[in-house]
Amino acid sequence: MYQNNHINVRNLNVHFDNNHVLKNINVEIPDKKITAIIGSSGCGKTTFLKCMNRLIDSVDGVKITGELLVDGENIFDPKTDVTLIRKKMGLLSQRPYPLPMSIYDNVAYGPRIHGEKSRKKLDHIVEYYLKEASLWEEVKDRLKTPAARLSIGQQQRLCLARGLAVEPEIILGDEPTSALDPQSSQNIEQKFLELKDKYTIIMVTHILRQAKRIADYLIFIHLGEIIEHGPAKEILENPKEKKTKEYISGIIS
Amino acid sequence: MDKRKIEESIFKILMRVATLSIVISLAVILISIIYKAIPVMNWGMISQTPQGGFYLGENGGVLNAILGSLYLATGATILALMLSFPIVFYINIYAKKGSWFVHTVRLCFDILWGIPSIVYGAFGFSIMILLGMRTSLFAGIIVIALVILPIIVRALDEVVRMIPQGLLDASYSLGATKTQTSVKIVTRQALPGLITAILIAFGRGIGDAAAVLFTTGYTDNVPTSLFDSAATLPLAIFFQLGSPVEAVQNRAFASALILTIIILSISILARYFSGKYNKFKV
Repeated sequence: MYQNNHINVRNLNVHFDNNHVLKNINVEIPDKKITAIIGSSGCGKTTFLKCMNRLIDSVDGVKITGELLVDGENIFDPKTDVTLIRKKMGLLSQRPYPLPMSIYDNVAYGPRIHGEKSRKKLDHIVEYYLKEASLWEEVKDRLKTPAARLSIGQQQRLCLARGLAVEPEIILGDEPTSALDPQSSQNIEQKFLELKDKYTIIMVTHILRQAKRIADYLIFIHLGEIIEHGPAKEILENPKEKKTKEYISGIIS
Repeated sequence: MDKRKIEESIFKILMRVATLSIVISLAVILISIIYKAIPVMNWGMISQTPQGGFYLGENGGVLNAILGSLYLATGATILALMLSFPIVFYINIYAKKGSWFVHTVRLCFDILWGIPSIVYGAFGFSIMILLGMRTSLFAGIIVIALVILPIIVRALDEVVRMIPQGLLDASYSLGATKTQTSVKIVTRQALPGLITAILIAFGRGIGDAAAVLFTTGYTDNVPTSLFDSAATLPLAIFFQLGSPVEAVQNRAFASALILTIIILSISILARYFSGKYNKFKV
């Protein structure tokens, strides 16, 4: 059904010391769709997301086996340049972490570290991606002010603009709305729906209603195993597995 | 009255007294220095080196010691900073967190912090004898850098350790390397703390007498090269106080006032700059 997808996971296993956190994960993630990873807390969904851009590397005592192919390339191959993998993905974390610099420099940070020096181009990039994240109108007169002064909802949109500015193909969201107020959450969800034409979006969420609202594809993880995955509609309306049914009906949470 | 209320007010009074005693002791120190310094303070104290008869109470000043101290403390602070950045980046960003090596390094710095500066001085002195070196600004800078290195490293380490992993991850996830993250993000975020660390270290360096006694020496001349001996303000105070001539003894307080003013102005400058950069911190 989904041929030549960006992300293809084969027999992925993750251990933290003696803890088997992800067990034999096999899944293909569809392009240009919103894929939601759902499951109870501590089930390994954030770990799974962190595997994709190898932020998992900075966790102590981690051992990974199996393959995670991004555009056909196994990202756990020692020869892989991890910065290039990460450049392909923008990350929205649970709470926004603006960089300790101005709004402008936050968006320009990515392009700059990848070698863009032209002021004119940077100006253009900053404006373009702030517009893309629907933040431009609110900040265009104070681009030089510290990003930390923005409201938390604005900060999350700034992080989105910053992530998009490195021209990724994939957007990763780790419960990106969990720290936000309802209005800001809605903004982010709306943004995701607009962006899915251009990007493959993978988000971890513990809010089932959010998954219902925006996800095209669902992956349900329970205790480190994928119990079920498939088009969101099918899973939500007609779960095949007992565990999925229990999760969706709120028996396990 | 309620017993708990009495307890509460007694503690409040105790805390106020303790806090106030700090302010009072600073005020008393300043007033006593100023009181003794004013009669002998003149432009010559700052603008001249010791002239003939200076140590008998005649003309001259401590320009040699002012410049010597500034050169020494600045050189040592720069040298210590150049060493401390790689150390702090390494133990916080590159090395495996919680590894025995990182623990050992931190322990080493705690011990180094506790070693009295005279021991550093004696150590430096014995190395100099071994190499056949004479007392010089260069030797003093190295020894003072060793004295203040643990202060800067531990202060900077505390600040960098407080940086949330999420902030580092934000930088990594944009494709930044550890070096780019260290230089552009960690340094920025740690800047206010770093400035405080530099201030403390500089103050400690410029005020240290014991470590420079054997290594920098003392001279009436302003040093013209790194390999000249140099005078320092703490030693100037020490020698002047030890003089039997009263006019010279009073000059010790003038020298002390100059030293205090230097430290005070650096402290104020540091606060100004740290406040200025604090606004970017997240």
